[in-house]
Amino acid sequence: MTLSANRVSRTAAGHLILDGVSITPATGSVTGLLGPNGSGKSTLLRLLAGVLTPNSGVVTLDGRPLRELGRRTVAQRLAVVEQQADTQTELTVLDVVRLGRVPHRRAWTPATPADDKAVHTALERTGLTDRTARLWHTLSGGERQRVQIARALAQEPRELLLDEPTNHLDIQHQLDLLTLVAELPVTTVVALHDLNLAAMYCDSLVVLKEGRVVATGSPDDVLTEELIAEVYGVKATVSRAEPGDRPHVRFLGTLRPE
Amino acid sequence: MTRTVPATVLWTVTGLAALAASIAVAITIGPADIGVGDVWSAVAAHLGGQDSQLSPIRDGIVWNLRLPRTLLAAVCGAGLAVCGAVMQSLLRNPLADPFVLGVSSGASTGAVVVVVLGAGGGVLSVSGGAFVGAVVSFAMVLLLSHTLGATTDRVVLAGVAIMQLFSALTSFVVLTAADAETTKGVLFWLLGSLSGAGWTDVWLCLAVLVAALSICLGYARTLDAFAFGQDAAATLGVSVARTRLVLLCVTALLTAALVSSAGAIGFVGLVLPHAARALTGAGHVRLLPVTAVAGAVFLVWVDTLARTALDPQEVPVGVVTSLIGVPAFVLVLYRTRRAPR
Repeated sequence: MTLSANRVSRTAAGHLILDGVSITPATGSVTGLLGPNGSGKSTLLRLLAGVLTPNSGVVTLDGRPLRELGRRTVAQRLAVVEQQADTQTELTVLDVVRLGRVPHRRAWTPATPADDKAVHTALERTGLTDRTARLWHTLSGGERQRVQIARALAQEPRELLLDEPTNHLDIQHQLDLLTLVAELPVTTVVALHDLNLAAMYCDSLVVLKEGRVVATGSPDDVLTEELIAEVYGVKATVSRAEPGDRPHVRFLGTLRPE
Repeated sequence: MTRTVPATVLWTVTGLAALAASIAVAITIGPADIGVGDVWSAVAAHLGGQDSQLSPIRDGIVWNLRLPRTLLAAVCGAGLAVCGAVMQSLLRNPLADPFVLGVSSGASTGAVVVVVLGAGGGVLSVSGGAFVGAVVSFAMVLLLSHTLGATTDRVVLAGVAIMQLFSALTSFVVLTAADAETTKGVLFWLLGSLSGAGWTDVWLCLAVLVAALSICLGYARTLDAFAFGQDAAATLGVSVARTRLVLLCVTALLTAALVSSAGAIGFVGLVLPHAARALTGAGHVRLLPVTAVAGAVFLVWVDTLARTALDPQEVPVGVVTSLIGVPAFVLVLYRTRRAPR
């Protein structure tokens, strides 16, 4: 139990976005965050990252509130990958990955061997070692997300938060990216749209609806026809290729025409 | 960030050597016939506390006219370019510079109010008025952008609005209150001119430049972290609000000092950072020193051109920077253009 949100709420423009949500991802596991648009997935991730502060409740890292730890200390422990990152600056792959060392470095000092090692390891882990000189704006969507994950790994985090990282990718790159994420030795929380990807790659799921947690547990327990109907308003069948396999969702149509 | 530290040092040293040579040569150019050797002996004499071997008139031309003017050109060029580089990175807007953010027009209004209306009762000099105007306009930009929601594009929009406001105020004051002679003098200053440069200006601006550049270099890696936006910077451990406040105030103060000495010289802050980025890449540890040196060399030569091209008539240096700056800017944008996605 390292990162934990305890009954956090958050309003935006008088509107309750998150309403008393608690989650405690198991160390080293992949937790999938599911829910329709506007259910509060991104807001919850931003609270977990410390970018937003909760109006009530508290987010803790090793039992200490994020606010007390300070941004820099948090960034040395916890890394974030956004849905889609972009920049107007001309950056190489190596430039971007090195940004991951920002929280570890002091002003006026050159990079230490530890910095170089972390960058090297992150590049190796993501298979980017031979592409360090490529320019960011020449990369495909899948390559960009891979570079962002390498940047996050260069932070040497123990927690990794990803907000719909596969959104703009084709299916091969989606599978590729989530395989990479699932193999990382860190505690991961990932917001996902695709229920089947969530079933394939997550150890546990948290389902949000209108800012509240409506289900938690293993994909096996959570992904039921009833829950999908209730949360997404969609008719679906859930099947397994073999008994004991991960569930597979097949959509049949909407329940209420909108 | 890809190149090594020795390469940075090499660039900076080469640049500084080019700057020193530019200053020495630029001083020799002009109606009075002065050689590099004369410059050297005048400088050596004054620094060594000895009598110059030059005639008093020639010594005066070097030491009291051309040297402070050329040095002020170098300091202003460096300072404006650094301001532009920092503002562009901080606001993630390639168009940000001290002029777009309204600081220069505020300074101009302050100066005009002192010159034309005699505000300040003689206690406030033209420079002092410019300084007050710059600080007031920048405070208004920050306040307005904060009220409008402190996103980076709002800061730029607020800057544009405030710039228009102060330009209008300046025109209003000049057209309603000034006589023809004063108007001409004020307009000349508004377009940017180094013709009144003295040693006081040089030392003041140099001190502010050194302080501001040191602070900005301390924030170099923090500025790198802004490449993917404020949220990304925040998740890299940067306190976004504090960084923005510190760096915007530092650049505003530097701009105020420069504008109060040399008027509103446009385009240096906008163009030079883009040119320097093409040389060094985006890492600020290298970008900031190289931008500073490039801005200094650039303005030394532009000012030399401004004071000699139409001799004996002098062109405001701001006019020349814009004449050169606009095509250069288009060229930089063209070279770094991207295929539409």
